[in-house]
Amino acid sequence: MNEMKPIRSEAFEADATIRGGAHVSQRHDSAHKHVTGEAVYIDDMVEPIGTLHGCLGLSTVANGAILSVDLHAVRAAPGVVGVLTAVDIPGENDISPTGRHDEPVFAETEVLFHGQPIFAVIAETRDAARRACLKAEITYEERPPVIDILDTADDPRLVTPPLTLARGDAAQALESAPHRLDGTMRIGGQDHFYLEGQIAMAIPGEDGDVQVFSSTQHPSEVQHMVAHVLGVPSNAVTVEVRRIGGGFGGKETQGNIFAAVAAVAAKRFGRAVKVRPDRDDDMVATGKRHDFLVDYDVGFDADGRIQGIDYTYAARCGYSSDLSGPVTDRALFHCDNAYYYPAVKAVSAPLFTNTVSNTAFRGFGGPQGVVACERVIEEIAYALAKDPLEVRRANFYGTDDRNVTPYHQTVEDNVIHRVVDELEASSDYQARRADIIAFNRESRIIKRGIALTPVKFGISFTATHFNQAGALVHVYTDGSVHLNHGGTEMGQGLFTKVAQIVAEEFQIDLDRVKITATTTGKVPNTSATAASSGTDLNGMAAQVAARTIKDRLIAFAADFYDVPAESIVFSANRVDVGGHPMSFAELVKQAYVARVQLSAAGFYKTPKIHWDRDKGTGRPFYYYAYGAACSEVSIDTLTGEYQVERTDILHDVGKSLNPAIDLGQVEGGFIQGMGWLTTEELWWDSKGRLRTHAPSTYKIPLASDRPLIFNTRLAEWSENAERAIRRSKAVGEPPFMLAVSVLEALSMAVASTADYRICPRLDAPATPERVLMAIERLKAAGAA
Amino acid sequence: MTLSTRTHIRFRLNDRTVTLNTLRPTETLLDFLRLERRLTGTKEGCAEGDCGACTVLVGRLNRDGVLVYETVTSCIRFVASLDGCHVVTIEHLKGKDGTLHPVQQAMVDHHGSQCGFCTPGIVMALYALWMRDAHPSRPTIEKALQGNLCRCTGYEPIIRAAEAMAEISQKTADPLQAERDEVRSQLAEWQTGETVDMGDGADRLILPASIDALAQSFAANPKATIVAGSTDVGLWVTKQMRPIGPLIFVKQVEGLDAIEETDGGIRIGATVSYTDASAVLSETYPAMRAYFDRIGGDQVRNMGTIGGNIANGSPIGDTPPPLIALGATVTLNNAGTHRTVPLEEFFIDYGNQDRQPGEFVERIDIPKLRNNEIFAVYKISKRRDEDISALAGAFKLMIEAGRITDARIAFGGMAATPKRARHVEAALVGRDWSIETIEAALPAFESDYQPLSDWRASSDYRMMTAKNLLRRCFLEQQGETASLKRFAAVEA
Ligand SMILES: Cc1cc2nc3c(=O)[nH]c(=O)nc-3n(C[C@H](O)[C@H](O)[C@H](O)COP(=O)(O)OP(=O)(O)OC[C@H]3O[C@@H](n4cnc5c(N)ncnc54)[C@H](O)[C@@H]3O)c2cc1C
Ligand code: FES
Ligand code: FES
Repeated sequence: MNEMKPIRSEAFEADATIRGGAHVSQRHDSAHKHVTGEAVYIDDMVEPIGTLHGCLGLSTVANGAILSVDLHAVRAAPGVVGVLTAVDIPGENDISPTGRHDEPVFAETEVLFHGQPIFAVIAETRDAARRACLKAEITYEERPPVIDILDTADDPRLVTPPLTLARGDAAQALESAPHRLDGTMRIGGQDHFYLEGQIAMAIPGEDGDVQVFSSTQHPSEVQHMVAHVLGVPSNAVTVEVRRIGGGFGGKETQGNIFAAVAAVAAKRFGRAVKVRPDRDDDMVATGKRHDFLVDYDVGFDADGRIQGIDYTYAARCGYSSDLSGPVTDRALFHCDNAYYYPAVKAVSAPLFTNTVSNTAFRGFGGPQGVVACERVIEEIAYALAKDPLEVRRANFYGTDDRNVTPYHQTVEDNVIHRVVDELEASSDYQARRADIIAFNRESRIIKRGIALTPVKFGISFTATHFNQAGALVHVYTDGSVHLNHGGTEMGQGLFTKVAQIVAEEFQIDLDRVKITATTTGKVPNTSATAASSGTDLNGMAAQVAARTIKDRLIAFAADFYDVPAESIVFSANRVDVGGHPMSFAELVKQAYVARVQLSAAGFYKTPKIHWDRDKGTGRPFYYYAYGAACSEVSIDTLTGEYQVERTDILHDVGKSLNPAIDLGQVEGGFIQGMGWLTTEELWWDSKGRLRTHAPSTYKIPLASDRPLIFNTRLAEWSENAERAIRRSKAVGEPPFMLAVSVLEALSMAVASTADYRICPRLDAPATPERVLMAIERLKAAGAA
Repeated sequence: MTLSTRTHIRFRLNDRTVTLNTLRPTETLLDFLRLERRLTGTKEGCAEGDCGACTVLVGRLNRDGVLVYETVTSCIRFVASLDGCHVVTIEHLKGKDGTLHPVQQAMVDHHGSQCGFCTPGIVMALYALWMRDAHPSRPTIEKALQGNLCRCTGYEPIIRAAEAMAEISQKTADPLQAERDEVRSQLAEWQTGETVDMGDGADRLILPASIDALAQSFAANPKATIVAGSTDVGLWVTKQMRPIGPLIFVKQVEGLDAIEETDGGIRIGATVSYTDASAVLSETYPAMRAYFDRIGGDQVRNMGTIGGNIANGSPIGDTPPPLIALGATVTLNNAGTHRTVPLEEFFIDYGNQDRQPGEFVERIDIPKLRNNEIFAVYKISKRRDEDISALAGAFKLMIEAGRITDARIAFGGMAATPKRARHVEAALVGRDWSIETIEAALPAFESDYQPLSDWRASSDYRMMTAKNLLRRCFLEQQGETASLKRFAAVEA
């Protein structure tokens, strides 16, 4: 055994707890850089000498054969270094993320949506590239475009196979139900409007190598796409991303084209190339949230209990599949929201249209599933003259029975009753609803509405194999820690949370943990930072890596000091080795000298989950996150204008890793959801041109659209029933759907104009125009 | 009088003086900051003035010689227009020793940033607010943030930060306080009354010092583009990449931003900003206050001018409907010769105004309300703030002894130009001021207007709402609540 046992009891201040461990509010790791403008986004990076700039040339028709492409004037324009078209792609002209070969980098023989890239100009400056682009002369043989979901009625083409979920005999249940009604709901799409637009910069290296800085949520996919397009193995491509200025799903696959074009140009011209589209081009050429047309047919009893239901979720997918398969699947996975269906059939229809290919967006189809489901609840409530909350309660999943979903997963962690009961009380829902009904009797022009709506959201990628993650942790000899993992930081505070987890494991202050840029060179084969899974997956992987090192340190110390391993305790920047304290750094230094490996890779895969899509059965979700919101609105019945008077939220994030950051996700998600359901309207003209392609025409919420009173609370009592990272729950997507409360409150205010006898069937987004038109419809129906 | 001219632009950028002997007239401040100075804290989110990520402050000596700082969107502001100004960017806020400014610290403490991309612009907007009002109320904060989009936070933490700004003690001197005297004297020194004339051909830019100099330059270069606040012209450059040179900048022209009370009313120079116009018009026509508060956001209101809003001839410009209803006239200057036309006659057709080559808008005269006249003006847009009107309607009605004796009603968004509702007016005048009269007059809207359908609103919605705005006007006069007020106390 070891002869010298120099336990050094150096004098250091023993902290009670570390600064910035798990479960405490901690500012975003870059907050001080955000507020000073020092945080570096890709466009802020120092450009290598000779950096060139690319601009994409977009189609000006929505559907047609390309007859001729004349780019002479483009090539001759000032500052132009070269032009790229499909023939200039060394590898494959395809960036379809699901491998369906339906998404070219550059259109070759035909264009399938207005705004589809056909070529790229590479020039000395971005301005020169943009100007040169305008000089292209392209002729088309135009074909009538299929723009709206309704346009597909004659010849519905699917971009990807549909899904059917079924449990029980829905047709039979509908037949025998005491009450039955059917209807259709139109749900609009949504532009991500990340404040930092798409951007990529590629720097050519030796041999086939290229380094790409990409504003992406999915560096591994960018790596694969770039390799594929260049015709080089993945190991030639390194993709790095330190932070992105918002993603929301819009940078899961939609950054691929910019990275691919930058990389092709960089290799071709041997210079760094940056591609940053103008905001308008970004909005025209990249995908959005899917809009849906949902048909429902529901049978229910006199209490409003659903007995059987049949749904068809038809989605505008655009010209290619992109992620439309899993997005439309997830819509079906949430057609139940928080409700038990004794008998159900739900079918998706992922439809081809001549519009930009729709993609991931916070909630990934789930919100559309939930909104349609909540419309059905509303329909039942108006049909039976009940408070919709009563109908909701009658249909909530049970805890021991009535707890099997349409996809045959048993809901094991149901807390919706408690969440809704607490919110009902804290928001004073019943009294306010009574007051509002009284107010509406007196007030002629201004009407009010209130709604309390629940959310239950399934957590995990439904493609089971994506539920894996890696991390890399190095401990340096001074005790400082370098942390890397596969997740990307897009504002959600992922880096902060994962660093807190590592700080907690090692029991060192957060500022001893260096957060580093995500790169495919350190952690390979990562999944997108999406599906709210960033912290669940990467936090676990980082914890595993930290524990590996910690275990080695313990084994070393136990051996070196000849004490039992159980007597070695890490606490508040020190390690107690069998009653002898030392600093963490000291132990690390000793371990280094003893040649202990102080670096580890961590890996995690979510347990328990499986999914058989063909059969429509399995356990696609590890657990569920829950929440509820109560919103009150006022509308002006002369103009349809409205405002949100108050919103109360109670949301379940399990045992929060960082309450401040989680609260920010809940508030931000709610407002973003509210924008989707109110003022954010995508408007295509009959030629398939998106006319709301800039913030001047596409209106996301402003500070003055917030609820005047906005109370958000986390369900502090909640702990994840599953062993997710430190019993927390995912928070990125679920709060988005809390905004359904706003839509339904608007609906109630409209319904008041016909004494709440008719369901207003307010479609989304409920712009002032839609609100006014709904009032007019009710007037007409009331008169009839 | 011979006018002295200068062939360079000079301004102060944070704590440095910038002198430019050559300058592309359409170079934007944002590109200049990011590409030439590598001051990359200021971000580009849209390049069209709508997101606020590029917000910086511009300090200038106002017409009373006071140094004032205003937020502007640097993406659509041309560098040339900064001659004699002080440009302040996010990089200037932090103390030399690295301590954060209270505004920045409040944003950190209250978790006001997530992705951080909107944050520099928001900090600058809050900084401008903090200078005016360190203890702002919620309505004031919301107004200060109308021009800033944040997609991540939902704004709540930003509002909390704004409310907390005052509580954070200032550890190092506020930079603009510390430099105030120095900046004042530097800007005063630069007020030499020179006309700037640089470059040739399409790359020529002129900053006339006086109204006469402007009249001469424009008469001599009638193909030049006049640039006032550039809240339109900026987009021609950043979005359409239109060649528009040579440029004649007008915001610095001495006297063109005058505001005067005249015998019958108020006279407003062409380059008076929305912000300044709002202050004076709201006094005389209280209904204007809430209306102006919904034009653009602070940045646009600080830059955009009444003259520009009229001269661009847009059918959806917000100032023409109320100005027409009030009976305003516009005075044009052509090489020193003036003529005055009623504003409604200035708008001939879509894209066609009664303005000759070389002629510019010099001022607007707005009569005061007479006894027994009521005035109301309403804007309808998809989003409450910083949105272009789907339609806007203004009503000036003389009610004497329960009868409508005179009516001027004008709408934007209902026709190819801002236009009076003459049939509706005729259906009202001479009749009782009653709901029956109002209801009977509504069909007349269909004789006045055949509005378009577009992404802002359908034709049906525009028509229905136009009629309902007349109803609203009547009901509100009866004391009934017929519109939503976000902050009742403030807007009343
Ligand atoms: C983000 C944003 C929000 C906006 N919101 C609104 C809104 O809510 N309501 C609204 O009405 N508008 C809005 N606008 C449009 C814009 O503010 C107006 O059209 C504005 O009035 C233009 O004024 P300007 O001083 O900026 O003009 P500029 O852009 O400088 O010029 C506009 C046109 O007028 C000409 N011109 C300017 N001054 C004169 C003059 N004195 N004599 C002759 N010609 C002249 C110019 O040559 C040009 O053709 C918005 C714009 C932006 C960018
Ligand atoms: S970049 Fe959006 S306002 Fe300037
Ligand atoms: S913090 Fe991301 S846009 Fe505001």
